[in-house]
Amino acid sequence: MNQRDLNQGRPSRIEGDIDTTNGRKLSTFSGNKALMLDEPLIFELGSRETCGVDIDVMEPIESRLGGLERHQPIGLAGLSESETVRHYTRLSRQNYAIDLGLFPLGSCTMKHNPRLNEKMARIAGFADIHPMQPISTVQGALELIDELAHWLKTLTGMPAVAMSPKAGAHGELCGILAIRAALEARGDAREVILVPESAHGTNPATAAFAGYRVEEIPATEGGRVDVEALAARLGPDVAGVMITNPNTCGLFEPDMRKISDLVHAAGGLVYCDGANFNAIVGRVRPGDLGIDAMHINLHKTFSTPHGGGGPGSGPVVLSEALAPYAPLPYVTKSSDFFQLVEEEQSLSEDSDTFGRMTAFHGQMGMFTRALSYIMSHGADGLKQVSEDAVLNANYILRSMDDVLDAPFGHSGPCMHEALFSDKGLADGFSTINISKGLIDEGYHPMTMYFPLVVHGAMLVEPTETESKHALDNFIGSFRHVVNQAKEGDQSLLQAPHFAPRARLDETAAARRPILVWNEPETAQAAE
Amino acid sequence: MRYLPLSDNERGQMLAKIGVQSIDDLFVDVPEEARLTGPIRELPNHASEMAVERHFKALAAKNTVAGEVPFFIGAGAYRHHVPASVDHIIQRGEFLTAYTPYQPEIAQGTLQMLFEFQTQVARMLGTDVANASMYDGSTSCWEAISMARRITKKKKAILSPGVHPHYVSVAKTMARFTGDILDTSLPTLDGTTDLEAELLNSIDDETSCVVVQYPDILGNINDLTRISHKAQEYKALLIAVVTEPVAMGAIKSPGEMGADIVVGEGQSIGVGLQFGGPYVGLFGCKAKYVRQMPGRLCGETVDAEGKRGFVLTLSTREQHIRRDKATSNICTNSGLCALAFSVHMTLLGEKGLRDLAMVNHTKAVKAADRLTSIEGVEMVTGNFFNEFTLRLPTDARAIVQQLADQQILGGVSLGRLYPDSDGLDNGLVIAVTETVLDEDIEIFANALETILSGGVS
Ligand SMILES: Cc1ncc(COP(=O)(O)O)c(C=O)c1O
Repeated sequence: MNQRDLNQGRPSRIEGDIDTTNGRKLSTFSGNKALMLDEPLIFELGSRETCGVDIDVMEPIESRLGGLERHQPIGLAGLSESETVRHYTRLSRQNYAIDLGLFPLGSCTMKHNPRLNEKMARIAGFADIHPMQPISTVQGALELIDELAHWLKTLTGMPAVAMSPKAGAHGELCGILAIRAALEARGDAREVILVPESAHGTNPATAAFAGYRVEEIPATEGGRVDVEALAARLGPDVAGVMITNPNTCGLFEPDMRKISDLVHAAGGLVYCDGANFNAIVGRVRPGDLGIDAMHINLHKTFSTPHGGGGPGSGPVVLSEALAPYAPLPYVTKSSDFFQLVEEEQSLSEDSDTFGRMTAFHGQMGMFTRALSYIMSHGADGLKQVSEDAVLNANYILRSMDDVLDAPFGHSGPCMHEALFSDKGLADGFSTINISKGLIDEGYHPMTMYFPLVVHGAMLVEPTETESKHALDNFIGSFRHVVNQAKEGDQSLLQAPHFAPRARLDETAAARRPILVWNEPETAQAAE
Repeated sequence: MRYLPLSDNERGQMLAKIGVQSIDDLFVDVPEEARLTGPIRELPNHASEMAVERHFKALAAKNTVAGEVPFFIGAGAYRHHVPASVDHIIQRGEFLTAYTPYQPEIAQGTLQMLFEFQTQVARMLGTDVANASMYDGSTSCWEAISMARRITKKKKAILSPGVHPHYVSVAKTMARFTGDILDTSLPTLDGTTDLEAELLNSIDDETSCVVVQYPDILGNINDLTRISHKAQEYKALLIAVVTEPVAMGAIKSPGEMGADIVVGEGQSIGVGLQFGGPYVGLFGCKAKYVRQMPGRLCGETVDAEGKRGFVLTLSTREQHIRRDKATSNICTNSGLCALAFSVHMTLLGEKGLRDLAMVNHTKAVKAADRLTSIEGVEMVTGNFFNEFTLRLPTDARAIVQQLADQQILGGVSLGRLYPDSDGLDNGLVIAVTETVLDEDIEIFANALETILSGGVS
């Protein structure tokens, strides 16, 4: 359990700056190292008077603020435009990103983000329209949502889709609420959601957020859901299951259809976490496997940029059984006019919506990008996407499994990501050391210590947008770092050596949280 | 296919290395009956940039662009000018194509930006701390109610009638499943009921929190101090919702008036309208509640060489560690929108935000004076910032449509916001920002005047 916290403490001091032949340390007056530039906070750079926007101040009028005028300063710092651009450009250079290189963060599908999609999202007719404009003035926007919805249904083989969820976890919530509403309509909400122990943390968190109790289902030796254990646990108190397919071990669940049938027979419903849809898009339709709901992370499979942590978008496809409970608002079409159904009183008879998940209609800016992606790839391209994603992952699996333990690698191929464990590393070495070594090699590390069912898990997802050349280079570095960890190379324990920062003290950060900047004289911990 | 670098030759080499004959051998786990053999139904093959662009332009042409017509819509999303450098910075690949900063040594750019964002948000809302963003204002609002339940261990939330009806709907949807009790009521246009007194009266020992919007859905700005005191007396929290953060440049922050949790919609700074999303949820609170907060938090620390650096922290609150005991299920948030917000805030600074806010207020006052000079049109809102509500002599829904037919986007009718309530149909919510020109106000007022007098303009 505690392996997630392993080695998060403050590492010992590493060697100082570069030694020259005469033994003197090289350092600079500024602390910078050529292109490696440190940057203060805006509050240390700017001032209350500086402004990077020209605002035409107006003649004062009699205020209608009713005595609530602000008298206290807000405490903001301003910069001119030139300083602002420089500040953020300097900061940006301290980030790793897909545009810089392979980003094999498993479960996150860090594929290339096409720039055409950015251009499409910025067309004024999509970017500069208000969610509450009269419906007659946003017909093109509603048509676009309808069109994307159509392709998502087609690709998944499902009859309905809810477009408003704002990310994967929000989509999970949508699906679980739909399940609960459907069961309540049957007069039996039930109490428990079953979640495999390999599931992403959002699955149990979502089920609990929706008022369910969570119980774990074990995995088999082969990294799949233990169908027998699942069948044994099913019963009148089980509302449903949340199964990730392909799962978080990077494996397809071959018994998915059987699982769906078992759950349905026991009166429950099936949620499928579709975070890993990239492995099967164009080749498998989850709808053919008997599921009732699945979210699609548009920021994964359909390449909307991850943006340093979001925004995402998580539309949820729904079965016939759940479609009536889909959240508001949604788009309908009658003859040539697109309607936006916003409120319960305007519902048709076959709708029994569970309610509303967000203020407006979902992530329009992500819808434009995703549709641009789908059209650009087309039927042939999308099929090639999943094939190349799976091919690239298996290439890494087979290029590494002689030096690194691949717990499920012996039983057959993986899907779009390859999973390794930390078995066989030298004493005192763990997954985190391999991650930090990869940083020095110029890579973003893989996902580490997830899924929890594998010791010291390393989940490597290259995606289809990497060339063989890029994969070969990565494999070379990965093998090198793994060998260092197996040989017990001490220098690896202090890695990274060449990043903008050495290992950061996460323990201190949590013990005494400093979450906002304070003027130096008043600086203190937040608690 | 322009995004896929592998050649057939390389694919062959790789299959050989893997030791299989064909790509199908990698999909052996997929049962035969689940495999799609033919092409994806109806979907054409791949399209060039030019072809995709043509399709998108045709769709976009069917929409009325806010910036090309007299525009007065608000109600939770506001049209402000976004400086050109904001969009430039958020398109830098190092920000755009990075992800959650799990590896802090190579994510200091994102982390420092988040630390600056948290500081800006906390100062603006008047809270001690703020998180690294939520999906939007409405989901922030529900998260705040659920946080108040965890803190107070009580389940009754009182939502003021001034809270955005869609935010109330989101809360109602969730409460139905979590068992929270929501005390909600509708706003009125007649001004005869004392809303604050009613709100104060409903606070009791069972109350976990009182939720008020500031400025509220009708545009009113009211002092929160008395509600804060009463809430405190009953060990309930005061949650304030800010849907128009530009207002913070002109009026006191909710934190200054005692709010325990302040949430908001950050869209109006840096993000743009985008038909409703992606937006950025703001979330701030008093420091003593930090361990009950939802979402990511960025904190300051030092590296092994003693240099200042930033990391994600207090993650034992979060789903990836705490699973079903987490404070929230949120994972991906609104990172890039938080960057846009933060860049715009940096460009504005203290002076810019204050000047911008006063321009908004001044224009709104001018528009209000002009519009209420029309016969039959009355002001509903008392004190306001850049948004106010008018009572028209007739159903505002029809008026909004008639205005739209003349290429004027003249506000949001209360009938659309509250379709199932009587007595609100004549209400029209109007927002006026710095992007509105004097002549827009004239065009709008003249058209409204003509429509109301039964003529056609
Ligand atoms: C397997 C899995 N499920 C769910 C999620 C949650 O998605 P999101 O971060 O978009 O909320 C993720 C992504 O992080 C994931 O990898």
